[in-house]
Amino acid sequence: MSTPLQVTARLRVPVTEIDHIRGPLDAPVTIVQYGDFQCPFCGAAHPNLAELLRQRRDTVRLVYRHFPITNLHPYAERAAEVAEAAGRRGRFWEMHDWLYEHQDQLDPVHLSLGVEQLGLLPDEIDAEVDRHTYGDRVRHDFTGGIRSGVNGTPTLFIGDHRHEGGVDLPDLLTAVDATPTPTPTP
Amino acid sequence: MTGPDGLIRPGTPAPDFTLPATPDGRRTGPGQFRGRPVVLAFYPADWSPVCGDQMALYQAAMPEFARYDAVVLGISVDSLWSHRAFAEARGVRFPLLADFEPKGEVTRGYGVYTPQGQAGRALVVVDPAGAVAWSYLSPAEVNPGADGILDALDQLGTGRQVTAR
Repeated sequence: MSTPLQVTARLRVPVTEIDHIRGPLDAPVTIVQYGDFQCPFCGAAHPNLAELLRQRRDTVRLVYRHFPITNLHPYAERAAEVAEAAGRRGRFWEMHDWLYEHQDQLDPVHLSLGVEQLGLLPDEIDAEVDRHTYGDRVRHDFTGGIRSGVNGTPTLFIGDHRHEGGVDLPDLLTAVDATPTPTPTP
Repeated sequence: MTGPDGLIRPGTPAPDFTLPATPDGRRTGPGQFRGRPVVLAFYPADWSPVCGDQMALYQAAMPEFARYDAVVLGISVDSLWSHRAFAEARGVRFPLLADFEPKGEVTRGYGVYTPQGQAGRALVVVDPAGAVAWSYLSPAEVNPGADGILDALDQLGTGRQVTAR
């Protein structure tokens, strides 16, 4: 086997309809984020990504995939499974936003309160999460991330390429604006 | 045999060694795991932010390595005591080996000792027979992730050997 000087990580799991997608489905630029709800760096990136989607609303769509690093973040796996349970009810992004906006409240008690705030039934969601109904889904995201070269959180892929720059808004705008977009078909 | 960057090359027998390891301080090394693939993850230092990410990431990825029955060993020139605190802080449960005395001896044997007196950020996959199957030197500031390791393990075709074990 060869030893290239530098491996360029590429997204190996294409975006499909099972993904959580925010923004226009036919947006020319797709950002795939691998994130961990308890990761402070993901928390810091969250408002920047939201603002990016606002400023480039016709250009960019965001895909969110789970990458809980549970040895660092004991609440991350449960948070991811709760987001999936909300997603089953069409509320993934609301739950996603709540989680990133309440990163100091991810313990089970406060998490249930968050679920309730969204108007979902905590008992129902807790039961599903306790059965790990969505464990395979979260694992599937994680495994695909590892195979694609996710090396921490947040890791972003812009198009198929791992984004090596920062996640401040100017960095993100620069990266998105430099991404070649397909010529629209007439 | 080493490549232009000094790193040990595929096809070379992996130099055997044992070093003190967390969590219990007993010595361990690749030779104790013949019959299984061994991943040697050399890294510059405990506590530097990138390292923390890399070792914490490999802990999180352990179920993927387990599918190949692979053993993962982290190696730096830090002392066992530093390793122990670092492993505890990052939830790392696989062995971190202390190439501390004589300093960097094992790291030199794999061609990844740097002029700064640390290990380079190098990955070496040793096949079940003890030969280097894949090696990769990452820029020190870049966490190389696990995709290259898993690809190398795929190439070994160890899936079949796992069932035989």
